[in-house]
Amino acid sequence: MATAYSSAKFVQPLSLNSTINGRSRDNSLFDPLKTGTSFLGSTRKLRVNSVHSNQGNVRRRLPVVAVSEVVKEKKVKSISNLLITKQEGLELYEDMILGRSFEDMCAQMYYRGKMFGFVHLYNGQEAVSTGFIKLLKKEDSVVSTYRDHVHALSKGVPARAVMSELFGKATGCCRGQGGSMHMFSKEHNLLGGFAFIGEGIPVATGAAFTSKYRREVLKEADCDHVTLAFFGDGTCNNGQFFECLNMAALWKLPIVFVVENNLWAIGMSHLRATSDPQIYKKGPAFGMPGFHVDGMDVLKVREVAKEAIERARRGEGPTLVECETYRFRGHSLADPDELRDPAEKARYAARDPITALKKYLIESSLASEAELKAIEKKIDEVVEDAVEFADESAPPPRSQLLENVFADPKGFGIGPDGRYRCEDPKFTEGTAHV
Amino acid sequence: MWGIIRQKVAAGGGSPVARIRPVVSNLRNYSSAVKQMMVREALNSALDEEMSADPKVFLMGEEVGEYQGAYKISKGLLEKYGPERVLDTPITEAGFTGIGVGAAYYGLKPVVEFMTFNFSMQAIDHIINSAAKSNYMSSGQISVPIVFRGPNGAAAGVGAQHSHCYAAWYASVPGLKVLSPYSSEDARGLLKAAIRDPDPVVFLENELLYGESFPVSAEVLDSSFCLPIGKAKIEREGKDVTITAFSKIVGLSLKAAEILAKEGISAEVINLRSIRPLDRSTINASVRKTNRLVTVEEGFPQHGVGAEICASVIEESFGYLDAPVERIAGADVPMPYAANLERMAVPQVLCFLYDSSIDGCYKFLVY
Repeated sequence: MATAYSSAKFVQPLSLNSTINGRSRDNSLFDPLKTGTSFLGSTRKLRVNSVHSNQGNVRRRLPVVAVSEVVKEKKVKSISNLLITKQEGLELYEDMILGRSFEDMCAQMYYRGKMFGFVHLYNGQEAVSTGFIKLLKKEDSVVSTYRDHVHALSKGVPARAVMSELFGKATGCCRGQGGSMHMFSKEHNLLGGFAFIGEGIPVATGAAFTSKYRREVLKEADCDHVTLAFFGDGTCNNGQFFECLNMAALWKLPIVFVVENNLWAIGMSHLRATSDPQIYKKGPAFGMPGFHVDGMDVLKVREVAKEAIERARRGEGPTLVECETYRFRGHSLADPDELRDPAEKARYAARDPITALKKYLIESSLASEAELKAIEKKIDEVVEDAVEFADESAPPPRSQLLENVFADPKGFGIGPDGRYRCEDPKFTEGTAHV
Repeated sequence: MWGIIRQKVAAGGGSPVARIRPVVSNLRNYSSAVKQMMVREALNSALDEEMSADPKVFLMGEEVGEYQGAYKISKGLLEKYGPERVLDTPITEAGFTGIGVGAAYYGLKPVVEFMTFNFSMQAIDHIINSAAKSNYMSSGQISVPIVFRGPNGAAAGVGAQHSHCYAAWYASVPGLKVLSPYSSEDARGLLKAAIRDPDPVVFLENELLYGESFPVSAEVLDSSFCLPIGKAKIEREGKDVTITAFSKIVGLSLKAAEILAKEGISAEVINLRSIRPLDRSTINASVRKTNRLVTVEEGFPQHGVGAEICASVIEESFGYLDAPVERIAGADVPMPYAANLERMAVPQVLCFLYDSSIDGCYKFLVY
């Protein structure tokens, strides 16, 4: 029942060709149990004409009919109207360039010793973050994993605040107490930043629950906030993921589960860890639509995201979106990244989302080379400024060590006036008679 | 809780309390140092030997196989023993820990690796309810010869969710044995003992110790070398104060003992090795000799390992104490990320700290 749902109405902008290429090197690394699978994310499939069809996909392959199996390439009618306006295009481009430059700068700073601990970079996956988060309102929430710098930037946290946080300075978004993996911002509704795999998904489900609760129980009729949960392919084997898919569908929560399937969990290939690697199929099993989208193409991601987010806003429930993407760098800056096939890396590097968008903008005459260069220059300055700001900021003062452990630091049940809350006659207002 | 060492100092001859001296790095005084071995190599060789001795022993965890171990502890084991005995698992701690416990019920000897013990929280139901309590609940019918190992405690700059110390958590559970090695000799001997042990063992390593080298004698390198579970080791003899520590803190304690020695205070440093069962007799014997106790640990102070040791000493050797027992532990806050705050949140050798939240009094830290 749910499968029909997923196939009928929505976008399934797939255009990956499924020519199997010989993979002698890959054979030795992976279990040979996926010979029958047509999973497009598989390292075994080589995209035919990857460079050429990338650009073509963006413009011509608008989805007309969508199917949930992803075997055949659909020949789609070309549509003359463009997918985005010039302003939107420039906004997307700027956001992706910001993400990329920022992460590259993080790598430089790490090797210079300004950043420490665990740093997980997002290079290559910018299309997913930009494609989804740029469609959100400020009140919508984003929950992420440790690979959260670019999610924070896309959501609107200033680059200065993120860079200072990474340097461990008091001007960071969490005053240096969180670090790379724990970015929180109440103002921008960025709910973290979790180090544990799968930890953010129930938290995101809770945020969506709050949105629904506020609308239905607290009668805030205009509360239609949507939550996005970002996580990776490794997380899709974790129990918490399935538990939340179940509850979100059961209660029709306004959440979109976004899987950033970059095929690798540190050194563990997705195919070696998963019995059925087609993650989007797990959505219909729980009663929600599941989509697979080319995560290296920001316009496609945006199309799917629009539908999914609108669906959630209308109150129709959750969606599972699997974005096939790739991280150009290792899992973290401490990862030697020896297990990934260089040919695979090259294939995906050729599908760099930023280059693809640039090509699209220029070829559809939405923007000129000069305008894009101007954006790149501007972003360079923003990132440099962020680094300078972070450098010059002071580290947290010693007194900050013991702060913020509790919201009510004086002890249990002591109100802001210093007296016990239970002595306040208004304390039990609104509760049942005791 | 920051420890105050001034009473102990007074015993040594009335020297002033202020101890604001720069840290002096000292060589450890080991006699008969034959070969240097890294803790990483020690653990790897222990696993290797136990796996070759007993085909029922197998290793499972995230990245233990092809990645050669997240911290390279299981390097080379996949090539040697094959994918059936060195299993790369998906990211499902609850699932694969449960699978390990089930395998142990039926006579296999799993070694379950957690990438860090922080992730064991996702699996703690199985560690405690399925593994620790089974022998008791089944009245001796089911023994669970499983080892849970991985790095524990703070590393460098990894934030609050990666720096928690679980020694006190696991040590409070009857049915579990909890070990925490310091040197390569400890690592080898205790891991071998843990794998051979018929009960569930939680083996708490330390990421920052993996790269440290220690001298090992020929006896340690022998493949049947084993250390007894439940016996502490006196790393340094002394007569003025007893310092108990485990894991990385033993190194800091030895450094501090060197510095104290220059002040004329002879400190006895005990490497606990085994948190559960705690070697109460060694600790008490030592306190009866020195009459003073300082417990040091990296984890949170409340209900920590130090709290248990202090209680044990007060119960059994109260009459021998010349001064109240002291606990030194990590700061009672989740581990901050900023480098300067992180340094303040764990015990360090000789730092002087102004603690603003407690009446503005100065606390002197020997650690």
